[in-house]
Amino acid sequence: MGRYFGRKLAFYGLTFFVAVTIDWLIPRFMPGDPVQLMISRISALEADAVERMTTYFRAAFGLDRPIWEQYANFWLALLHGDLGISVWQFPQPVTSVIMGAIPYSIALLVPVIVVGWYVGNNLGAVAARRRWLDNRVLPLGYILTATPYMWLAIVLAWLLGSTLRLFPISGGYGFGLAPSLSLEFIASLLHHWFLPFLSLLLVEIGGWAIGMRNLIIYELEADYTRYLRALGAPERLVRHYAFRNALLPQLSGLALKLGVVVAGALVTEVVFAYPGLGYLILQAIINQDYFLLQGAFLFIVLGVLIANFVIDIVYVVVDPRTRLGLQGGNA
Amino acid sequence: MAGLGPGAPRTVAPFDETTQGVTLGGAAVAAAPGVPEDGSVRRITAAREFLHFARGDRRVVVGTAVLVFFLVVAVVGPFLTPYGPSDYVGPPGAPPSAGFWFGTTTFGQDVFAQFVHGLRTSFVVGALGGGLAAVVGMAVGFVAGYRGGLVDEILNMITNTVLVIPTLAVLIIIVAYLQARGVLVQALFIGLTSWPWAARAIRAQTLSLRTREFVDLARMSGASTRQIIVGEIAPNMSSYLFMAFILLFGGAILIAATLDFIGLGPTEGISLGLMMNNAVLWAALQLGLWWWFVPPGAAITAIVGALYVMNVGLDEIFNPRLREL
Repeated sequence: MGRYFGRKLAFYGLTFFVAVTIDWLIPRFMPGDPVQLMISRISALEADAVERMTTYFRAAFGLDRPIWEQYANFWLALLHGDLGISVWQFPQPVTSVIMGAIPYSIALLVPVIVVGWYVGNNLGAVAARRRWLDNRVLPLGYILTATPYMWLAIVLAWLLGSTLRLFPISGGYGFGLAPSLSLEFIASLLHHWFLPFLSLLLVEIGGWAIGMRNLIIYELEADYTRYLRALGAPERLVRHYAFRNALLPQLSGLALKLGVVVAGALVTEVVFAYPGLGYLILQAIINQDYFLLQGAFLFIVLGVLIANFVIDIVYVVVDPRTRLGLQGGNA
Repeated sequence: MAGLGPGAPRTVAPFDETTQGVTLGGAAVAAAPGVPEDGSVRRITAAREFLHFARGDRRVVVGTAVLVFFLVVAVVGPFLTPYGPSDYVGPPGAPPSAGFWFGTTTFGQDVFAQFVHGLRTSFVVGALGGGLAAVVGMAVGFVAGYRGGLVDEILNMITNTVLVIPTLAVLIIIVAYLQARGVLVQALFIGLTSWPWAARAIRAQTLSLRTREFVDLARMSGASTRQIIVGEIAPNMSSYLFMAFILLFGGAILIAATLDFIGLGPTEGISLGLMMNNAVLWAALQLGLWWWFVPPGAAITAIVGALYVMNVGLDEIFNPRLREL
C-alpha cells in the first residue's frame, strides 16, 4: 500500500512539475510580447521613452537573464509563495488575491461534487429498477448532462432570480454587509450561494445518474449476479451488490471528471459574479492581468491534484483489492 | 486507475476496460460479422444490417433528426436574414417579432442572425476540434496499445498527465496570450488538449485486438506496424472510433462555448458562447431579455444531447449483446 501511494505521489509530483513548466513556458513562447503589450497600453510615448521603458520592464521582470536562470527563478519564487503582483488589484500580491477567492470556490465545489455524486448515483440506481422511472430519469439525465453549465446558471438566475426574485443573482453576499461572523452575514452568504450551487448540482446529478443506471444494468448481467440469483438470493441483495460494484468505476470516473466540474464552477461564478476563482479569471482576462491568470492556473491544477489524491485514498478504503495489493498500483 | 471515464465531455457513463459501461462499450469487436467469401458482399450486408437496426432505434433516429435540423439551420439560416451578426439594425432590446424573429440585443443587433452564424461556428469547432482530438487519440492509442513495452509506458505517462491537468485551465492560459483568436486556432488547441480519454479507450481496445489470429497472420505475412494498424486493427474497431468521435465532437462544442463565455472566444465573428457572454455582460438577465440568452444555450444543449443519445443508440446497434437486453 505504501508503494501504491508512493507511485501516486510521484505521478502527481511529475504532473505538477509539468503544469508549472507550462505556466512558465506559455507567456514566454507565445507570439506577442507581454512587455510590448503593457507599454502599448500607455499611449502617446516618444520612441526614446518606449525603448527605455522596455529595457526597464525587461530587467524588472528578469526577462534579460538567460532562459534557464529565468526558469530557476520562477521555481524559487513559486516555492516562496510569490506569484507576482496583481495588475487588477494593484498593489496586492497575486497569492493574497487568490487566497481571498478560494474559500468561495471551495464552498461551491466540494458540496457540489459530494452531493452530486451521492444523489446522482442513488437516483441512477433507483431508476435502473423501475421502467417507469427509467423512462423519465434517462432523457432528463441526458438533457442535464448536455447542458452547458453557464446556460443552466443563466436560466436559473433569470427564472428564480430576476423574475421571481427569490434569490439574489450577483455577488457573494449582500452589498450593504461587511464580512463578519454575524448571523445576518452568514444568512446572506447562504442566500447568495444557493443558486450557483443548485445549477452546478443539477448538471452533475444528470451525468452520474446515467452512468450509474448503465453500470447497474451491466452488472446485472455479470456472472456473480447470475450465481446469486441461482442461489435464490432476494432481488434486493442482488441489487445491493450490483450497486456496490458499480460504485468503483463511478469513483475513478469522479477523478477524471474533476477538471470538468471545476470548469463548470468557473463559468457559474462568472454568471453570478460570485467572488471565487472563476470571477477572478474573468477579471484577469478583462484587465489583462497575466500574473493573476498564471497564479489562478497553478491553484486550479494544485486543487485538482489534491482532490485526485483524496479520491485515491477513498478508493483504497472502499476497494479491498487495492488494500491487499491485489491490483498493484494500477487501480 | 482502471476507469477510463470519458474525461473530456461531461459524459455519460464512466466506462472501464473491464466493465464497459454502456457508453462506449465493447461494440467494435463484437460487430465483426461472419466470414462471407466476397468482401463487397459483406460490406453491403453490414451496411444493410446497420440501417435496419438504426431505423428501428428511436434514439438514433431522434438524435440524427435533431442534428440534421440544426445543421440545416446553420447552413441555410444566414441566407434567411438580411442582417449581419454584428450590424446594428433594429430597436434596442426588442422582443421577438415578425421583423426580428429572435428579437434584438441591447445594441439593436439581430439575435437570429447571431444565432445562425454562431451555430456555424459551433459545428466548425466541433468537427475540427473533435476531429483533431480523435486523430491524436487514435495515433497515441494505437501505437501505445500495439507496440507495448517502453513506448506504451511513455505514451501512457503523457496521456495520464494530460488527463489530470484540467483542460479548461490550460486552454485559458494558452488562449489568453493570443492577440487575435480565430475559430480555427480555438479548434486546434481544443483538439490538442481533449484527446487523452479517447487515447486510453482506443489503447484498451487495441490491446484486446492485437492478440487475435488475424493480426498474428498479418504480422507473419510481413505486414508493417503501420499496415497492421491501418489495415487490420482500425477497421475492426471502426464503430468504436466513430462513437469516440461523436463524444469528442460534443465535448469540443461544450469546451468552445465555455471558453467563449469567459471572454476568450473568437475576436472576430460570433459564436453561441459569445452570445451568452454578451448577454450576461450587458445585463440581459436584469432586463429580462430572455430571447438573447435562451436560444444559444438551448441549441448547444440540443446538439450535445442529441450526440450523446445517438451514441448510446449506436452502441446497441454495433453491439449485438446489448441489443437483446
